[in-house]
Amino acid sequence: MHELSLCHAIAGVVKPHAAGRHVDVVRVQVGALRQVVPETLSFCWTLVREHQDMADAELELELVTARVRCRGCGEQSEIESRWSVACPKCQNPDVEVVAGEEFLVTSIDVSP
Amino acid sequence: MGRFHRHDDGTVHSHDHDGHDHEHDHGDHSGYATGGERIEVLEAIFAENDNRAEVNRTAFDSHGVRALNLMSSPGSGKTTVLAATLDELAGAVRIGIIEGDIATDIDAAALEGRGAQISLLNTSNGFGGECHLDAPMVHRALHGLNLDTLDLVIIENVGNLVCPAEFDVGEHAKAMVYSVTEGEDKPLKYPVMFRSVDLVLLNKIDLVPHLDADVATYIERVRQVNPSAAILPVSARTGEGMAAWFDWLRAFSLT
Repeated sequence: MHELSLCHAIAGVVKPHAAGRHVDVVRVQVGALRQVVPETLSFCWTLVREHQDMADAELELELVTARVRCRGCGEQSEIESRWSVACPKCQNPDVEVVAGEEFLVTSIDVSP
Repeated sequence: MGRFHRHDDGTVHSHDHDGHDHEHDHGDHSGYATGGERIEVLEAIFAENDNRAEVNRTAFDSHGVRALNLMSSPGSGKTTVLAATLDELAGAVRIGIIEGDIATDIDAAALEGRGAQISLLNTSNGFGGECHLDAPMVHRALHGLNLDTLDLVIIENVGNLVCPAEFDVGEHAKAMVYSVTEGEDKPLKYPVMFRSVDLVLLNKIDLVPHLDADVATYIERVRQVNPSAAILPVSARTGEGMAAWFDWLRAFSLT
């Protein structure tokens, strides 16, 4: 949720690194367990980028699958759904999240 | 690409390449034709919030204050829990309340005169999300408290089972009120919230005789999603079970 304000936050992260140059691409990693809807984020970006002086910047999303390590059976597995964060092998909810909580700008492409 | 590169501006330099791994700080070779450059950023999008949360947490720590972020859906009983808590503990534990709501001072008024400092936060001017408290908002609310004279600050978040769990506001722990009038499916529907808390107050147990609710089922559903949170069945209205909550809070404010 809040994809519109998240897009403003993304632009805020990008600007110091762009240092006035033209931003061509913004790459963002989104973990499957974050409460962010990728399609909504992409749509909101098309609305926000003009207001943030990067009207041509394309948003590239890298979706990261959630992975958990079960404290019960020790297995590490990918999980399908963010609505069920239990071990898929033994159903134990006592898991450590190994991947899937990422939400960061990884890199940008700029040109003069 | 060979070992020597000519850039568009005419400069030439050399690299030692083992292969075609082009993760250099100064740029990606594929962009040389257009003058483009890839810049590594690796910055969390919530960084602005999370940095401010650290500032808040440092402010609490430097004054020896423990901070609890209290969340729930609207109407679960957060304010009633807090009123009973202040009536019981405000003599022995010096408590400050950061009272968060989209609008009105109704909750702040309900908690007045019970021995606690109260700092009211209306989020209706919040940027992009009045439906939760964020770290900058809580930072502003700190100005309404004298941390020197407090042991415990409870942040009463906006009633919402979705958004508040995503925002670190500088607390040391998160707790929630979940009541037996809400249905036992809520942990499964809102797993991010239920997984985020160290304690669940299962409230309104005085109403169980009038409901189809089974307290054991409620507890089991919470456990399905959060294996380690403390779960305390209580009635803030009658006082049943509240002693365990008061003990938990006393211990928390001393850690």
